[in-house]
Amino acid sequence: MGTSCRCKWLQAVRRIERPARPRQMESKKGGHQMRTVYMDHSATTPVDPVVLNAMIPYYTDIYGNSSSVHSQGQKAARALENAREQVASLLGASPGEIIFTAGGTEADNQALITYMNNNREKRRHIITSAIEHHAILHTCEHLAKQGFDLTVLPVNSEGTVEPQTLRTALRPDTALVSIMHANNEVGTIQDIKELAAISHEVGAVFHTDAVQSVGKIPVNVKDLGVDLLSASSHKLYGPKGIGCLYAKKGVRIGSYLYGGGHERNLRAGTVNVPGAVGFGKAAELAQQRLNQNDSTLWELGQRLRRGIIEAIPNTRLTGHPINRLPGSVSVCFEYVEGESILLMLDSYGIMASSGSACTSGSLEPSHVLLALGLSHEIAHGSVRLTMGKDNTIEDVDYVLEVLPPIIKNLRMMSPLGQ
Amino acid sequence: MYSQKVMDHFMNPRNVGKIELPDGVGEVGNPTCGDIMHIEIEVQDDLIKDIKFRTFGCAAAIATSSMVTEMVKGKSLEEAEMITNRTVAEALDGLPPLKMHCSNLAADALHEAIKNYRSGDASPTCFSKGCCKQEDHSSCEKAEE
Repeated sequence: MGTSCRCKWLQAVRRIERPARPRQMESKKGGHQMRTVYMDHSATTPVDPVVLNAMIPYYTDIYGNSSSVHSQGQKAARALENAREQVASLLGASPGEIIFTAGGTEADNQALITYMNNNREKRRHIITSAIEHHAILHTCEHLAKQGFDLTVLPVNSEGTVEPQTLRTALRPDTALVSIMHANNEVGTIQDIKELAAISHEVGAVFHTDAVQSVGKIPVNVKDLGVDLLSASSHKLYGPKGIGCLYAKKGVRIGSYLYGGGHERNLRAGTVNVPGAVGFGKAAELAQQRLNQNDSTLWELGQRLRRGIIEAIPNTRLTGHPINRLPGSVSVCFEYVEGESILLMLDSYGIMASSGSACTSGSLEPSHVLLALGLSHEIAHGSVRLTMGKDNTIEDVDYVLEVLPPIIKNLRMMSPLGQ
Repeated sequence: MYSQKVMDHFMNPRNVGKIELPDGVGEVGNPTCGDIMHIEIEVQDDLIKDIKFRTFGCAAAIATSSMVTEMVKGKSLEEAEMITNRTVAEALDGLPPLKMHCSNLAADALHEAIKNYRSGDASPTCFSKGCCKQEDHSSCEKAEE
């Protein structure tokens, strides 16, 4: 959309109500640079320049295939193993337990499909939760069509899987339990340690989709007690197209692709060496950030959550109030629709996302919000703002300046709630 | 995703609001599907003298509502009845395929308002049932595929 749209909307807003205009818009009117605030870090993050610099030589100078015998190939192979150590170190795993994949979705597919197939003679039951990413839910539905028994656990209103719910669902033939570490939409963090321990009581293997948590909060496979874990590079300032599956030594997974013997016969296909190098560097930087124990992001999230609730009536925060990802704000505004809010925010330079039907590409609002017990009409008004390491208090205050009049004006246009 | 015209009508919606004493009121959609369009008309000598809308929904829902009010203001009821959801979408230089089915109901709301006027009972609570005027979404989903 062009500049003219924003100005016209501004006129429309004034016609409707004449609210106090955000100061940023006046500077825009004068032709000045508008503020850009990216608050969609759960969707993806920018590649850290340090990460990009680490990757470039593996496209240009050290371009060898890591499977080749010659010195080019061997240099690439060494870089690959170094990256594996960096990723393993972030997760508290051994390098030999890390399989590089093309991303989180592939890691999820490989973990669930190959483990279930490899153990199908003995155990045929798989358990997951209602708020998983589609990479897990759709894979589980595929397995159910293949003849496996599937149980989808409900969550409580804060998005938590209650241990007792899992306990009652477990069976002697439960092969695998897959429950995500942190939810991508509402930010709730599960007590994976307890859920894994309960699963182990019946001899089931535990997988966690940790795509949203790795790099943002401490994730240690030994502390959590998980057997399988999926992670993705582009959520922690690394490149897209690379992720990993952690498979604890002795856990019987298999290759998901037919082809060569790469990744110890567990992932066929020439390894994405520059991607792995980037993922490794991103993991190293994430570990340094986590070691600093900085609470800034948490505080920014709290400031935004509190500010929204105080400024905008008929609004509810979703997800767990405490056990949640730092910098993640998930909120539903009654009487208005999410896509409209996103487009209005975007016209002010603020980038966020929503779980409304219009943004999900289907006719249903987000399955996560519905699983939390929210009605369709409430879920349609959802907005998710996820901050990252580069967001500032000024960003938060800018959103708090711009968002309330947007909601107010969309509500004035709405036939609901009047 | 959206044409410039859609964005223009979304960012700068025409004829938003209520008519003090409407001659006809129409409402379609329901909050479960995420779209409600409410249209009020003032009629004089079989002409739509004034028209206002209020819409809950996405950018396409708001833009089609705005566009339909602009298309029929000052026109005769017969002309207004000729307008379809499709002609509204065309006037906006098209809509994304999914939106054609879920958010393109503005002409329906207008027709409801005219019907309401002709029935001589301009009640402010005229709720038609069902999103897309269908019991379920299966045909929309098929079209989406």
